[in-house]
Amino acid sequence: MDNILELKDLHVSFDTFSGEVQAVRGVNLELKKGETLAIVGESGSGKSVTSKTIMGLIPKPPGKIKNGEILFEGKDLLKFSNKEMQRVRGKEISMIFQDPMTALNPTMKVGKQIMEGLIKHQNMSKSDAKKRAIELLELVGIPNPDARVDQYPHEFSGGMRQRVVIAIALACNPKVLIADEPTTALDVTIQAQILDLMKDLQDKTGTAIVLITHDLGVVANLAQKVAVMYGGKVVETGTVDEIFYNPKHPYTWGLLSSMPKLHDHSNKLLAIPGSPPDLSDPPKGCPFAARCPHAMKVCVDHMPGYFELSETQKSACWLVDERAPKVNPPETIGVRGE
Amino acid sequence: MSNKEKLLEVKNLKKHFPVGRNLSLKAVDGVDFDIYKGEILGLVGESGCGKSTTGRTIIRLYNATDGSVKFANKEITGKKSKKELKELNRRMQMIFQDPYASLNPRMTVKDIIAEGIDIHGLAKSSKERNERVYELLETVGLNREHANRYPHEFSGGQRQRIGIARALAVEPDFIIADEPISALDVSIQAQVVNLLQELQQEHGLTYLFIAHDLSMVKHISDRVGVMYLGNMAELAPSDELYDNPLHPYTQALLSAIPVPDPEIERTRERIILEGDVPSPIDPPSGCRFRTRCPMAMEICAIVRPKWHEAREGHWVACHLHNEEANETKED
Amino acid sequence: MMKMPNNDITNDMFLPADIDTTQSEKISRQSLSFWKDARKRLAKNKGAMISLVIIIFIVIISLIGPHMNNYGAYKQNLHLVNLPAKIPVLEKISFLPFNGTEHGVDIYEQRHIKQNFWFGTDDLGRDLWTRTWKGTQISLLIAVIAALADLVIGVAYGGISAYYGKHVDNVMQRIVEVLSGIPNLVLIILLILVLQPGLLTITIAIVSTGWISMSRIVRGQMLRLKSEEYVYASQTLGASNSRIIFKHLVPNTSGQIIINTMFSVPSAIFFEAFLSFIGLGIRDPQASLGSLINRAYGVFQIHPSQVLFPSIVICLLLICFNILGDGLRDAFDPKLRK
Ligand SMILES: Nc1ncnc2c1ncn2[C@@H]1O[C@H](COP(=O)(O)OP(=O)(O)OP(=O)(O)O)[C@@H](O)[C@H]1O
Ligand SMILES: Nc1ncnc2c1ncn2[C@@H]1O[C@H](COP(=O)(O)OP(=O)(O)OP(=O)(O)O)[C@@H](O)[C@H]1O
Ligand code: SF4
Ligand SMILES: [Mg+2]
Ligand SMILES: [Mg+2]
Repeated sequence: MDNILELKDLHVSFDTFSGEVQAVRGVNLELKKGETLAIVGESGSGKSVTSKTIMGLIPKPPGKIKNGEILFEGKDLLKFSNKEMQRVRGKEISMIFQDPMTALNPTMKVGKQIMEGLIKHQNMSKSDAKKRAIELLELVGIPNPDARVDQYPHEFSGGMRQRVVIAIALACNPKVLIADEPTTALDVTIQAQILDLMKDLQDKTGTAIVLITHDLGVVANLAQKVAVMYGGKVVETGTVDEIFYNPKHPYTWGLLSSMPKLHDHSNKLLAIPGSPPDLSDPPKGCPFAARCPHAMKVCVDHMPGYFELSETQKSACWLVDERAPKVNPPETIGVRGE
Repeated sequence: MSNKEKLLEVKNLKKHFPVGRNLSLKAVDGVDFDIYKGEILGLVGESGCGKSTTGRTIIRLYNATDGSVKFANKEITGKKSKKELKELNRRMQMIFQDPYASLNPRMTVKDIIAEGIDIHGLAKSSKERNERVYELLETVGLNREHANRYPHEFSGGQRQRIGIARALAVEPDFIIADEPISALDVSIQAQVVNLLQELQQEHGLTYLFIAHDLSMVKHISDRVGVMYLGNMAELAPSDELYDNPLHPYTQALLSAIPVPDPEIERTRERIILEGDVPSPIDPPSGCRFRTRCPMAMEICAIVRPKWHEAREGHWVACHLHNEEANETKED
Repeated sequence: MMKMPNNDITNDMFLPADIDTTQSEKISRQSLSFWKDARKRLAKNKGAMISLVIIIFIVIISLIGPHMNNYGAYKQNLHLVNLPAKIPVLEKISFLPFNGTEHGVDIYEQRHIKQNFWFGTDDLGRDLWTRTWKGTQISLLIAVIAALADLVIGVAYGGISAYYGKHVDNVMQRIVEVLSGIPNLVLIILLILVLQPGLLTITIAIVSTGWISMSRIVRGQMLRLKSEEYVYASQTLGASNSRIIFKHLVPNTSGQIIINTMFSVPSAIFFEAFLSFIGLGIRDPQASLGSLINRAYGVFQIHPSQVLFPSIVICLLLICFNILGDGLRDAFDPKLRK
């Protein structure tokens, strides 16, 4: 068993004024030691909810976890008490949020914020913690860390704040790092810096990363495995190469071909028509059926199970069934390199 | 290119915002460019480099601090009569970034789209007004049942299309699209981009298309301008810009964009820029980019590089490509 | 693991489904305007609805109450002074204060009085039932005037200040600062030096400063709205100032305005009662809830029932208006609720 983190049939929903929103409807994921798993998918498909559930950060109410297991090193995190969860958070699993502007406490020195976790989880003395904080700032590439530890977040730029957030997340050498859109709020040139940093750090520390993003470029850059989510479900998983060069699910096709390629001169993007499903009244069958150009009668009423396509690739689409007609992916799919 | 008719001429446009006492934030600090009739000009750059300010100053949401903007050969900055303004408001329109903030939540979709029709008196009866709204809804891929609903009932992409219909209602010639797709999902971005392209072809529109996503800008635009800290760094036809970037900032920007292709990503060499964008309140002397430029020379700190045509149709402001212009000291 | 397809899936289900692509843009939910939506949410709020019913009940009874007997509000009768409350049927229920007894003695029997005074009489023999509801009328009248003044002056002042900005805003805000710096009580005492204490004076006092908080709220809200993109959009379409103010700014502030009006009603009622209580308000023989309490307070030790009824009415009014205001805030701005 080398899965450090495993989600089994996770269901999470929220009670709202307009009824129950089934944000996550049966998610299965596996994460191995030292690996990077990217979760991509439409906005509102349940990516953030999944990651917050792992961290035990779903507000209850309105949220409730209806079913499922989250196995961290074989133990079910959903059965942990609040106290036990606090010990896991920050020490074993830590999280980076999207907005570097709000993730830090503006009234607290940056160094103090890094030291907090060290003192709490590793019983370090104050002076040791400070030394480690300076090391960490250096590690994430902040120049002049001796002076910088005593500064406040507003004296840092956006990119530097995100570096601090990463330093805090890595302070206790967590085994799993969950990064929810870590670069979305940053500019491309700063994003390149942060991606470089994350790769570097992973080589050094061997942390497993769950990377949530909607930028397929970032996925191609950082991840080894990919899970594609749609309508609260994982519709396809596989290695990066499988997902980018040999995808089987029409939503993955649509996602890949609706992005322009820099070297590509074709005139029109292949858009996916329509809008994502309303999760307060989710469709009975395949969540993508209403927008899928290949939808069959079976898709409307029956949820496809996972069809295993290789050791690593699984797709939840009826097209893979042998009774389905042969459908070719759009031409742009599967073209490697330039 | 030069034989085409110019629709918009922007010369040395500046917009400074006062901040505190005696200080000013130089959001746009002297940009020059032209837009030809029927073309799409893309404008890219990092957050805060002044793209939105450029667009909003052109359309007179902000008053220009200095410089001139000519639209169809007529100066449009400064004081204008009511009639001229009305004419301008009809011919020049804007599409906004935030699909949630750009539609008034208390108005029905019909009233939102018809706002321009009402202001300019383009419909003689309420029946004609309705017909026009239905037509516009269909143009942007929605249907007439949507007319009496409220914005909060629509998804981001649908709202953005309502915003497009509102702009189209007055039959403009020129549309400034300020990051119309940044807030949307990848799959929805393509819908909107395709729609904008179709509309351009059908109605012979001209766009200024602002975005920070260089791959999308390159896809849609005929020419692309790259902005950095209130200045224009480079402007060229989009393929030329991609194949032959001259400015070091453009080069870094192009190399920093992660492409959705794992094999390329594994082997790609990146130009990683050090540090962050300086503050527009106190920008660096000489070339604005010199604090982060991997090739910066001595002269870059002293002389502001001249904006000139290094090749045909390919404009750049960089001392590396500026032999004869370097003699004339300015700034 | 490959899930075997269920048996009820037959080959003919693998034919293309005819999904109407125009349907993918369809919105099935019923269309709700902002107001309808808010009304629905308000109707779901039990506390607010009960408060609303109580307020309506008090309003109605304050209008018809004085006509339910013919004692009149001002008619004095020295034979009937200081009677406790007595209501025919309710007098049988011992724990209610309606059996005409005081300190264990049935006053009505003792003094051979045949009539019933439902709330008793005061020290001049005036019927308290009539006076209590007359007083409620006055209190409500003052509250309504205050709320209207708030609405008219506050909204106009805040709106003009925010929309025209720059120097106009500067001057107007300095004036507000000066006004809000003067303590209310000082203002009233100054007013009373000039005018007679009474309904008019109280109204002027409440109106003269009551609108300040409303103007601040409106100004803040409009300043925020002024740079919203839909206002910009309207400007680029060539809209006039009045169109922008009345079509865009005011409708989007109306929720806030209503909520604030709701909260200004109880504070006006309380302020009037307070003034009357310390003797700066309504003069005898006119009655308001505050002046009734003031008068009854003098004989509180001997005839406790006299202070009871006006106090209950005023408490009910204050509590109900506050709960209703809270309910409205939740209905208009569901995000504000935790
Ligand atoms: N606290 C909450 N209360 C009610 N509904 C919620 C809550 N949090 C999330 N949801 C709903 O759950 C669904 C999934 O949300 P989630 O944030 O996981 O999406 P996401 O995939 O992270 O999208 P994005 O790419 O926009 O971040 C959405 O429909 C959202 O409205
Ligand atoms: N109304 C304003 N008052 C003061 N400063 C402003 C104002 N609007 C913009 N700025 C400043 O001007 C600079 C340029 O802003 P602008 O919005 O044009 O950038 P942008 O290129 O559109 O960035 P983004 O990609 O984030 O939209 C920024 O530093 C911004 O803070
Ligand atoms: S299951 Fe059917 S609807 Fe869903 S993606 Fe596959 S073919 Fe399309
Ligand atoms: Mg999210
Ligand atoms: Mg902008």
